[in-house]
Amino acid sequence: MGLKKQGHHHLVAVRLNEKLGAKRKYTFIHKASLPRIVVLWFVFMCCISYVIYERMDADNEERRKEVLTSMCDQRARMLQDQFSVSVNHVHALAILVSTFHYYKNPSAIDQETFAEYTAQTAFERPLMSGVAYAQRVVYSEREAFERENGWTIRTMEKEPSPVRDEYAPVIFSQETVSYIESLDMMSGEEDRENILRARATGKAVLTSPFRLLGSHHLGVVLTFPVYKSKLPPNPSVEQRIQATAGYLGGAFDVESLVENLLGQLAGNQAIVVNVFDVTNSSDHLIMYGHQYQDGDMSLNRVSMLDFGDPFRKHKMVCRYLQKAPTSWTAITTAFLCFVIGCLVGYMIYGTAAHIIKVQDDFHEMQELKVRAEAADVAKSQFLATVSHEIRTPMNGVLDTNLSSTQRDYAQTAQACGKALITLINEVLDRAKIEAGKLELEAVPFDLRPILDDVLSLFSEKSRHKGLELAVFVSDKVPEIVMGDPGRFRQVVTNLVGNSVKFTERGHIFVQVHLAEHAKAVIDAKAESCLNGGSGVVLSSGSQFKTLSGCESADDRTSWDTFKYLVADEEFRVATEETSQNVTLLITVEDTGIGIPLSAQEQVFTPFMQADSSTSRNYGGTGIGLSISKCLVELMGGQINFISRPQVGSTFSFTAALKRCEKNAIGDMKRLPSDDLPIAFKGLKAIVVDGKPVRAAVTRYHLKRLGILVEVVSSIRMTLAMSSKNGSLRSKNERQPDMILVEKDLWMSGEDGSVNLRLQEWKPNSHTFKSPKMILLATSITGAEFENAKQVGFADTVIMKPLRASMLAACLQQVLETGKKAQQGKDNGSSFLKSLLCGKKILVVDDNRVNRRVAAGALKKFGADVECADSGKAALALLQLPHDFDACFMDIQMPEMDGFEATRLIRRMEMKANEQPMNGGSTAEGREAEWHVPILAMTADVIHATYDECLKCGMDGYVSKPFEEENLYQAVASFFESKLNSEP
Amino acid sequence: MEVGQLQRQFVEHTASMFHEGFLDGQFSQLQQLQDESNPDFVVEVVSLFFQDSERLLNELTRALDQKCVDFKKVDAHVHQLKGSSSSIGAQRVKNSCFNFRNFCEEQNTEACFRCLQLVKQEYLLVKNKLETLFRLEQQILAAGGSIPMME
Repeated sequence: MGLKKQGHHHLVAVRLNEKLGAKRKYTFIHKASLPRIVVLWFVFMCCISYVIYERMDADNEERRKEVLTSMCDQRARMLQDQFSVSVNHVHALAILVSTFHYYKNPSAIDQETFAEYTAQTAFERPLMSGVAYAQRVVYSEREAFERENGWTIRTMEKEPSPVRDEYAPVIFSQETVSYIESLDMMSGEEDRENILRARATGKAVLTSPFRLLGSHHLGVVLTFPVYKSKLPPNPSVEQRIQATAGYLGGAFDVESLVENLLGQLAGNQAIVVNVFDVTNSSDHLIMYGHQYQDGDMSLNRVSMLDFGDPFRKHKMVCRYLQKAPTSWTAITTAFLCFVIGCLVGYMIYGTAAHIIKVQDDFHEMQELKVRAEAADVAKSQFLATVSHEIRTPMNGVLDTNLSSTQRDYAQTAQACGKALITLINEVLDRAKIEAGKLELEAVPFDLRPILDDVLSLFSEKSRHKGLELAVFVSDKVPEIVMGDPGRFRQVVTNLVGNSVKFTERGHIFVQVHLAEHAKAVIDAKAESCLNGGSGVVLSSGSQFKTLSGCESADDRTSWDTFKYLVADEEFRVATEETSQNVTLLITVEDTGIGIPLSAQEQVFTPFMQADSSTSRNYGGTGIGLSISKCLVELMGGQINFISRPQVGSTFSFTAALKRCEKNAIGDMKRLPSDDLPIAFKGLKAIVVDGKPVRAAVTRYHLKRLGILVEVVSSIRMTLAMSSKNGSLRSKNERQPDMILVEKDLWMSGEDGSVNLRLQEWKPNSHTFKSPKMILLATSITGAEFENAKQVGFADTVIMKPLRASMLAACLQQVLETGKKAQQGKDNGSSFLKSLLCGKKILVVDDNRVNRRVAAGALKKFGADVECADSGKAALALLQLPHDFDACFMDIQMPEMDGFEATRLIRRMEMKANEQPMNGGSTAEGREAEWHVPILAMTADVIHATYDECLKCGMDGYVSKPFEEENLYQAVASFFESKLNSEP
Repeated sequence: MEVGQLQRQFVEHTASMFHEGFLDGQFSQLQQLQDESNPDFVVEVVSLFFQDSERLLNELTRALDQKCVDFKKVDAHVHQLKGSSSSIGAQRVKNSCFNFRNFCEEQNTEACFRCLQLVKQEYLLVKNKLETLFRLEQQILAAGGSIPMME
């Protein structure tokens, strides 16, 4: 046992771990990796921001570059254009000089003319500081030349020129450069080269930049050759040199001129412009700008310049004066992106952290849940095991039938034991429900006899307490419904049991109605009340129109409502009629102590009773209602109650069942007691009862027997009616066959004179068959009984609670002259005897002592007993057709046990039932179907065994060894009706 | 012996059997089952019980003597014995059977053996007592007296 349990625990634990493991896999963010992810995200955002910054900065740079390029190109182009304009003009001057100085004779130009002309056309040469003309003078001509002009040729240093092959003294000069007059241009290095190159090419040539004489600005000198004779079309260098007459030269003061030019343009301050002579590519000579580097070195633009001298190359280099300003937009944008990214990251982090927390919580909850479930399972298992373990010793306890001097103790012990077994069965039920193992059957059954049975269970107790116990099932409730009769019975039993337990006076009333019908009626009534109907006047009297006259908690169940429910008018609910479902409303009303308001909420909690004093006074565990609630909910219904302390409680529950066509019942459990005798059909009865509800109950039971019922409210009226009937007997009005009178009506108001008249009336009646007088009583004393006999109720007294079958049995006795009238309370051996008398019964038990005892006991009651010592033997004896009325079967037998044997017997019967009725003659006098009642004999008193019995097709069980009471109960339900139906 | 004395002895003997727990209510039920139509019912059942029990006890002795005890078989026998003893109301036999079965379940050979001895002892005691009772009954009948009803 201990081992077994450990095993369970272990199993549960393993399952728990598996579950948790499986769950953990689904976690998509792990807690530990979160900080790493955050750092990564941070780095990632840095990168993104940097990239954005770079991109924007590059854009800026590109724009700057474009601006620089365009500015630089513009400047270069302008410089070049202006330069070439000047050059062209110098060219024009050269032609002017050759035309008017050499071709004209005498010369049309002298220094004055030249100076004036050049001064006036200086605007044409904006880049030039001045122009001058030097004549070519060879050494041989020097003296003549000097003489002619009146001055000597001087070198650049203003000294008389030494002897040379050739000279180029300036003869004409613009005023701005007049200081160079008479200077030999060939004496300067650059000028000489220039002159030589110019006369060789015949084109304008430029010197490399140098500091000009007057201004000391950087500048270049442009030299143009002037030829004295016209040149042949393609002249050689020799020819050119020969033809050369002089040189026109001009100085470009590049520095100031470029300055000037740039000053005219916008954006001058922003850029630095340098102009270089790059004829010698290794040594750049600066023409303009500072040699040392300033400005933004990172970005420059080089534009090539063409000043028309193919020998010389120039370029312009531009760069920004200032470094590119830091781009605030880019920085701001990048920063904002970074911030946004960080925020987003933070939000995601927050969410993730939250998710992780929730997930952790969730896992924790799950773990707790699994643990709780495991604990619950363990609890249920424990309950089941413990209950099982209790069972064995309990059997021992219950088996012990002490009969010595300790009988008293023993009986107490037995009673306690039985109560304990009931409790264990309840706990087992509860455990089963909790473990979800309880499954409901769906078999056709008739709930009327079930309710009768429940009532019979409590009849003795209720009689003892003097309670009215009654059941009423509405006509509208279908005869056969599909559902779980066992569980239905259990719920009703529980509710009625509670009511009986807690009620000391008044009544307990079980009603069954169609839920929709009841609802409709109650609604209608409520409406009429609202409309000013007369519903309130009622409670003025001390008597309430309930079953016993006591007030009940739920006044909806009083006669005012009830009469509508009972009314014969056809109530049609379309949905109910057409659909297969039928919802029943079952109410159990009592006039007990009620439930204290404070405890009403906990009524359905297991092990809760109203308060501790309740369990002291009334006993019980309070588990019943919680089981009932579970069962009702399983049946698709709801359970409710209305309770008023010291007034009573009304429990009601609904059950969703299915309709079942009566002819479609193949497999309905055929309890013989289901069939009520039809012998009373068409008889007529008068019920004398002042209380309409109670009368309705009586009527309901009589109607089930097929008896026509008339209700009158007093004996006086009955007499009047009877006498009237007497006189009109010849007509179709019929004499009543019986008159049923309530005891309290007879005892109370109606005085002796009435009794007397009643007495008189009866013998005076000339009817062939005078109506039988029957007294209905809840309890009766011996004296009262004698009195009743004298007054005229000689026929019988029927003890309540009323049950159709019991009523039938009593009426049988009353109406049959041959049989000795028995008193109402004829239970016990005599009744048992009458039930079993003449029945052929098979007893199956492998233990011959048991067999003999059982046989003896049954024989004692007049049964014809046959025995079989094994399941096989029983099977052989029960081969169809046979004439056994019942079979008592031991369960525990070697080879073939009782369950197996029963199963085989049932299969055999089923086969026979399926075959066409070829054996009709042999089955004559029987019901069409073979079904021999089989009762288990068992020493086990546990429900589970009983369930097992029913499962394999048995009809009931008796405990072993036979107890008379037990035997009676089991057998009664089988033979009662049969007995009644037999003549 | 005098009838009255015999009757008194009978009553005392029966009472002591109930008192000492050899018999229980079931035996009285058996007595109630006996009537004119079935005059020897109790004796018949009890002798059936004797025969059965002796057979079962023999078989039990044999079964427990085996080296390898077949507890299922033992249990079945004890169950039989328990059933019949409870049917006639031999309470002490039944109770010792109850213990016996528990030990069978535990497969405790030694305890089973002890139980067997106990059951045998109880059986012999109740047999003795019942035989005495029947003898008294016959003597009373032979002396022309009637059996006093218990209760």
